[in-house]
Amino acid sequence: MIKVVYRGKAWELKAGMTARAAIKKVGLDPESVLVVRDGELVTDDTILKDGDEVRLIAVISGGAENCFHRKRYPER
Amino acid sequence: MKCRKCGGPAAVNMRQHRLALCGEHFTEWFISRTERVIEQYGMFAPEDRVLVAVSGGKDSLALWDVLLRLGYDVEALYINLGIAGQHYSEESKARVEQFASEGRGAGFQVVDVKQTYGRSVPELARERRGREMCSLCGLVKRHIMNRVTYEGGFAAVATGHNLDDEAAVLFANVLRWQTGYLARQAPVLPSTHPRLARKAKPFSRFYERDTAAYAILQGIDYIYEECPHSRGATTILYKELLNRLETRSRGAKQQFYLSFLKTRHEEGLFSGPREELDLGECENCGQPTTAPGLCAFCRLWGMS
Repeated sequence: MIKVVYRGKAWELKAGMTARAAIKKVGLDPESVLVVRDGELVTDDTILKDGDEVRLIAVISGGAENCFHRKRYPER
Repeated sequence: MKCRKCGGPAAVNMRQHRLALCGEHFTEWFISRTERVIEQYGMFAPEDRVLVAVSGGKDSLALWDVLLRLGYDVEALYINLGIAGQHYSEESKARVEQFASEGRGAGFQVVDVKQTYGRSVPELARERRGREMCSLCGLVKRHIMNRVTYEGGFAAVATGHNLDDEAAVLFANVLRWQTGYLARQAPVLPSTHPRLARKAKPFSRFYERDTAAYAILQGIDYIYEECPHSRGATTILYKELLNRLETRSRGAKQQFYLSFLKTRHEEGLFSGPREELDLGECENCGQPTTAPGLCAFCRLWGMS
């Protein structure tokens, strides 16, 4: 089995699938996450072996930078 | 998947470029591409002093890191907005302080909105019902960034906006056919008034996942959580929609944004008769404004 962790949630999945398949299996968009295995970034074609634990990192930022977009040009 | 440069295991696969690289070669590529973008758009020159606006998030901290590595004369600005939900502002500031303390030679200044103006952004938003928090927050930040850039004698202010940010804005502006905004959206916004800062977005050619990959590879501890006020924001929805498109069709986001810039330039789109903005100066703070009397920022605080 493999373990997939994302934002405090965890899933157990069958070993032997790619990281991309695992991302889809837990209902996420492969474009929206990065995959970290044993503290290392890996590409999503990586085959996950029995005992692997991967952490998915969300890449969409809704942080403070995006407030700028609500008004594109200085409201002066 | 193998690194195209060394054949070792790849850490990052950029489907839009059909390019996979290991951590070391991705870092090298990312830094040199940033430099090329700065040069290509004439964002600022190597001898310029540049202010980099940092939020504690991955993009701005990665930008600060890259500009320092490239040897630019940069100073960072952190604006403490006083967002108390989940201690967001304090957590963000702690990430900025940590980055600065890690021996990169990174100097920064903090403007605390509550200490400087008397109220935090959420407090101000509560008073000004009817004004959306995010638009108000954006106005406050733009004003402060502009002021610090001018007063500090910086040649430009650089922000960490990435291609996903730009594509989401473009999408929003296209949905509403906001031709005024469509005419102006660009990787660099020139200064059109002596007191209006030049704004540069050196990461505007990178996908968001690539800036995140850079931050992770450099061990930058960034604030992972979203701003509590941005949950459910339309920007995030647009980014998700564009990512679904990207998953189906590699390079879709890049094509959407870059084709827009190219077509607008080549075909002169959105450049019809439009009155040039006539910028005056605010009676209170002296910052450029199109409004007579007080600028929007000073009106917000009831200054006179």
